[in-house]
Amino acid sequence: MSVEWNRKDLLGLRDLTIEEINLLLQTAKSFQEISLRPVKKVPALRGRTVANLFFEPSTRTRISFELAEKRLSADTINLVGASSSMVKGESLKDAARNIEALKVHIVVMRHSASGAPHRLAPALKASVINAGDGINEHPTQALLDLFTILEKKGKLAGLKVSFIGDILHSRVTRSNIWGLTKMGAHVTVCGPKTLLPAEIEKLGVHATTNLHEAVQDADVLNLLRIQLERQSESFFPSIREYANSYQINREILKEAKPDVLIMHPGPVNRGIEITSDVVDGPFSVILDQVTHGLAVRMAVLYLLSGGKREGEE
Amino acid sequence: MKSAKSLLDPDGIRRALTRIAHEILERNKGTKDLVLIGIRTGGAHLARRIQSEIKAIEKIEVLLGVVDITLYRDDLSERGPQAKIRETEIPFDITEKKVVLVDDVLYTGRTIRAALDALIDFGRPQSIQLAVLADRGHRELPIKPDYIGKNIPTSQGETVEVRLTEDGHLQDDLVVLPSEEKP
Repeated sequence: MSVEWNRKDLLGLRDLTIEEINLLLQTAKSFQEISLRPVKKVPALRGRTVANLFFEPSTRTRISFELAEKRLSADTINLVGASSSMVKGESLKDAARNIEALKVHIVVMRHSASGAPHRLAPALKASVINAGDGINEHPTQALLDLFTILEKKGKLAGLKVSFIGDILHSRVTRSNIWGLTKMGAHVTVCGPKTLLPAEIEKLGVHATTNLHEAVQDADVLNLLRIQLERQSESFFPSIREYANSYQINREILKEAKPDVLIMHPGPVNRGIEITSDVVDGPFSVILDQVTHGLAVRMAVLYLLSGGKREGEE
Repeated sequence: MKSAKSLLDPDGIRRALTRIAHEILERNKGTKDLVLIGIRTGGAHLARRIQSEIKAIEKIEVLLGVVDITLYRDDLSERGPQAKIRETEIPFDITEKKVVLVDDVLYTGRTIRAALDALIDFGRPQSIQLAVLADRGHRELPIKPDYIGKNIPTSQGETVEVRLTEDGHLQDDLVVLPSEEKP
């Protein structure tokens, strides 16, 4: 018999088993079709309420979650950083408890502090979905990346996936590393030395500062946004110098496999980490990622809204 | 081990499906606008068989779809971990079509209610008819089949199963399993 989903929360890919990741990906596959129907809505989460708590700015993850919730017929409430009482000094736990008093079933949460959802989850009866915590994890983004690779390549095991850019601040990369290595893919991380975390190779990945090495033989190049807002500490001399050494453009792609996939979690800085023609070029699956994100988030919401779990009365 | 009582043998099932195919063609005056949609998983196999019966009679392959009703269940999330979702595949527009919905066993009617809601999300068919291999009674909703393979009087504790070779059974069978002994 196939594996069942018995977790209350989705906090990261670090704790998930291979079977659980497969179940999530298979469920997402079945949800894909709903967005192609004339009526893009199913009643699966009718009567359930989902709170989207975004303590850090987000556009695409938030609208992807919100649309996934609506397509499952859930009721949604949104709390966005600046408009919330967080700015009035309310603690995270108090804010969440208040939301729970409104009988919310699922809390989707983004927070700038790593580990914030892990602190919150045990205090709440509601399920918690981590929509990005600090530099720690962004599980639904990694799942949609895995899903996209699976859709395009038909497998994950044995593939070579390179992450290029700001590895240090990238929760997307961390979640991807947990997921991809569990599924048998080989991961390389590449960026300037200042943006490669010390000891990252302990996670079972190969680290390099040489872009050519990361591009050659790679089946997938997953580019990370240079987070201009985080560059106040100056991790590299200038944006132009970064682009000179690490930009993915037509020239460097001549060294890549002819069927390489170019992925990017967005938003893209055209002309910095990637050139415009590559974003819109034949190798790019960046918009597929967005579409797949919806199916993956529907799958997560559906599985977490299951009935009684072990240990519940 | 409880004993299963067989009510239709492989030939019996084949004849019932042949008759249903004829009845569908008679009622709809041929295959014009006719489509078959099976409810996963048993109904999907039977719909495929009815499709080939119709092909044998009329030399025309009618369109075939499969609907998974899990997301439309009225007891979703009351039953422990979520049921596995499988794909709904209706690769054609059902608007203005005469849809024959196919299921293996008709019982409370709740599955059919869910399937009707799902179908309406795909378009506005001219009509929806219902074909089942076994009708075991005990309806809880006002639903009546148009084509019935076999009527089976049962008590509520009993279980009716259609076992098909498509699901790995050695031969087709329609069985009734007696009530579980109360410990």
